[in-house]
Amino acid sequence: MSTAAIDTRTEDRPARAQSPLGETIFRTLCFSAATLLMAALAGVVVSLIIGGWPAFQKFGFGFITSTAWNPVTEDYGAAGPIVGTIVTSILALIIALPLALGVSVFLVEFCPKRIARPIAIAVELLAGIPSIVYGMWGLFVLAPWFATHIQLPIMMDFDSHSLIGRIFSGVPNGANIFTASLILAIMILPYMAAVFRELLLTVPSQVREAAYGLGSTAFEVVAKVMLPYVSKGTVGVIMLGLGRALGETMAVTFIIGNSHGFPHSLFDSGSTIASTIANEFAEATSDMHTSALIALGLVLFVLTFAVLAVARALLAGNKN
Amino acid sequence: MDRALRRKLTNGIFVGACGLATFIALAALVLILWSLVKEGVGGIDANIFTMTQPAPGSPGGLKNAITGSILMCAGGMAIAIVVGILAGTWLAEYGGQTPYGHAVRFLNDVLLSAPSILIGLFVYEIMVAHLFGHFSGYAGALALALLAVPIVTRTTEDMLALQPNTLREAGMALGAGRGFVIRSIIWKAASAGLLTGGLLGFARISGETAPLLFTSLGNQFFSLNMAQPMASLPTTIFQFALSAYDDWRRLAWVGALLIAVAVLAVNTIGRLLARETHRP
Repeated sequence: MSTAAIDTRTEDRPARAQSPLGETIFRTLCFSAATLLMAALAGVVVSLIIGGWPAFQKFGFGFITSTAWNPVTEDYGAAGPIVGTIVTSILALIIALPLALGVSVFLVEFCPKRIARPIAIAVELLAGIPSIVYGMWGLFVLAPWFATHIQLPIMMDFDSHSLIGRIFSGVPNGANIFTASLILAIMILPYMAAVFRELLLTVPSQVREAAYGLGSTAFEVVAKVMLPYVSKGTVGVIMLGLGRALGETMAVTFIIGNSHGFPHSLFDSGSTIASTIANEFAEATSDMHTSALIALGLVLFVLTFAVLAVARALLAGNKN
Repeated sequence: MDRALRRKLTNGIFVGACGLATFIALAALVLILWSLVKEGVGGIDANIFTMTQPAPGSPGGLKNAITGSILMCAGGMAIAIVVGILAGTWLAEYGGQTPYGHAVRFLNDVLLSAPSILIGLFVYEIMVAHLFGHFSGYAGALALALLAVPIVTRTTEDMLALQPNTLREAGMALGAGRGFVIRSIIWKAASAGLLTGGLLGFARISGETAPLLFTSLGNQFFSLNMAQPMASLPTTIFQFALSAYDDWRRLAWVGALLIAVAVLAVNTIGRLLARETHRP
């Protein structure tokens, strides 16, 4: 190697590696990108407020409490979709929570290490399936099966005027609040199971082993030692699942039946905020219709934001 | 009943219930994939890739939808990777511990879990209602970019944070500036991780339907012009699946199979790469 070659390198390098201007430009670029992110979120909020303002102005608080949704008379009230959103999300949570608990406890405590990883990956794959695929599956596979094997038998067995008959009344086509919640439950299950599994892994092994050492059964270790240890985080997991369920659009649009107004029973068709926007926005003709849909979007944003903020605070509390 | 026996029994039921829950989750995955394969594989032929969407009753394929999806996803990813990697780098290397950094991180999380349909409404307001005055492929690409950015940012930050400080110190001890060290040492060391962020972002947006419904709208003809309404696989599936025509529904199943396979493949590759990065 000649000395000349080394010389050019040492003269050349610092110029590129230490250029103060280059440093400033790069740093500013990174900072701008981070700021752009904040601006994007701010833009979402501001555009929802501006777009929904006419509807809020016209209907006031009644927008949230009224069940009217009539594009012909330009009378809009969001109570139907809001209730539909909350009911389907909570039902989905009730179905998914025990499953998520079971899956994560099974993977952390009972499953042989060698097959725990493949099972965890398979459950995560469930989270990767696009929403629209869930929708198609729900509409063409789950709904018909549900109608013939669950809904019809129940309707045959119970008088439609009895209490149970009323809870389960509805058109027997399988597209209703309950099947929508079922699909939602399958969709949020992998997220909840993944976070919950991470939480369980934070329980110090000394604590677990001490409990086993005292002669506890696996059930007692999980129920009396591990779950109390992660209790705060568990609420965080629940809120995280809820946040996902609230905003889910396509799968629900396929299977909820899309009728406005208040759902009257578990097997009644209904709508959610997201499904209403997805169905009507591109075809909304009047300005007030568009504005009402954007106002619905703002309601959804406030709901998911509140739930997410609580979830984050609780999950952060458990990590410390 | 004997106390010890009761405890044993409770434990047995509990273990069984946990196993059952896992079985149900796996069964759901298998059932969904099975339906996709059963309904979708039969419809795959050369027409799918060479012909545009048909009128009901005539032969056709998904060429326009596939092309539109690829164009809009590529456009969205181009924006998301540039912005996401730079923003993630700022969080990991520069201002992540400042109050501003904490705010950016929190809002990034909010954006990450904001319902995708709201992102669609936002892009509609700026691009469709004001900037262009009509639906366009650009609007669709921007909506997809906004969905992928938070994922790329988050992954970039995580992956850069994994790189040992000794690397940075070594670079700076040789006289290189901070930015130079980041670009030519840290980014290189974390390249597999950065790629993971891109792949996960891509996996998220390639199946997204809701934000495209009123940004790119859809287009029944083959088009490469992103300034005009553009077809995409998810919106075409949505339209065809809810139609009353059997051949349209068959195409919808084929489209759903294609998307699911693509998303699952990309997702898996991304995860494998992420594991490689965790073991430097």
